[in-house]
Amino acid sequence: MIFIDLVVCLLAIVSAVWAIIARNLVSAVVLAGVVSLAVSYLFLRLAAPDVAMTEAAIGAGLSTVIFLIAVRRTEEEEKR
Amino acid sequence: MIKQLVGLLAVLAVAALFVALLPLMAPTELGPVTRHYVEQGLVENRGANLVTSIVVNYRGFDTLGEVTVLFLSVSGAGFVLRRREGLVPEPQRRSSELVQTASRVLFAPIVLFGAYIFVHGHLTPGGGFQGGAVIASAVLLLLLADRDRLLPHGFLSVIESFSGFGYVVTGFVGLAATGSFLANRGVIDLGTWNRLFSAGVIPVIYVLIGLKVGSELATLLDTMMHADQAGEGHR
Repeated sequence: MIFIDLVVCLLAIVSAVWAIIARNLVSAVVLAGVVSLAVSYLFLRLAAPDVAMTEAAIGAGLSTVIFLIAVRRTEEEEKR
Repeated sequence: MIKQLVGLLAVLAVAALFVALLPLMAPTELGPVTRHYVEQGLVENRGANLVTSIVVNYRGFDTLGEVTVLFLSVSGAGFVLRRREGLVPEPQRRSSELVQTASRVLFAPIVLFGAYIFVHGHLTPGGGFQGGAVIASAVLLLLLADRDRLLPHGFLSVIESFSGFGYVVTGFVGLAATGSFLANRGVIDLGTWNRLFSAGVIPVIYVLIGLKVGSELATLLDTMMHADQAGEGHR
């Protein structure tokens, strides 16, 4: 179990750093969503299911989509 | 070179601060307020989920503020991104019939699941915010499958306003009945522990929060999906 926790911690850190250095905005947004998903697992392991649900639904789900929509809108603007 | 050195020093300073503050972050014993929540929370609110008792009852006023912050940000987004008046058919690929039908079939169960989460907020993990986000994700599925679909903004804002109003009214009912805003004991019968109709006004408030958050996030998604092309309104 602790092994899985360590892997998820590592996943969160690597995705966070990768999201910062990624050149492509869409992959940066998706990687930020991966950070949220990993962190929500860690919240669950730390016996905070309420926080885990919020993080999974809003962090990994809705905010990722909202950022993706924003990226698409701004790209449309840049092309013109 | 100097710039990198300063950056490195700043990182080291923050790291030293973190190490110095580490013992403060994990207190080994409960403070007086925390002790009261843990020991008296079940007696005073009779909610099976102590987190909900704290969020909605002991710190209900803070939650009202949080809901207001969400409302302000959504109305700000709605103000900046106006929805296109009358749909201009965009040259975009339509989703297949399969995807559209499946999204409509899945919509109802996902909304039901969100409602389940906030109705059982005082019994199981989760509550108004989580349930509302799940409902908004169901709406998102519908919007992604069918780009031309427009949500009834009037209907959603009526739900949103009435649930926000209901939250404040519940607070004032507590004020009238017991003399403190958002009071729980002495307003509605607390009922039996771990039953659906228990914990006094907590489930009432969480249902209102769930409806409010769900309709707000759905409106935000709809506004963003159908926003006017940036800058076009000014030409």
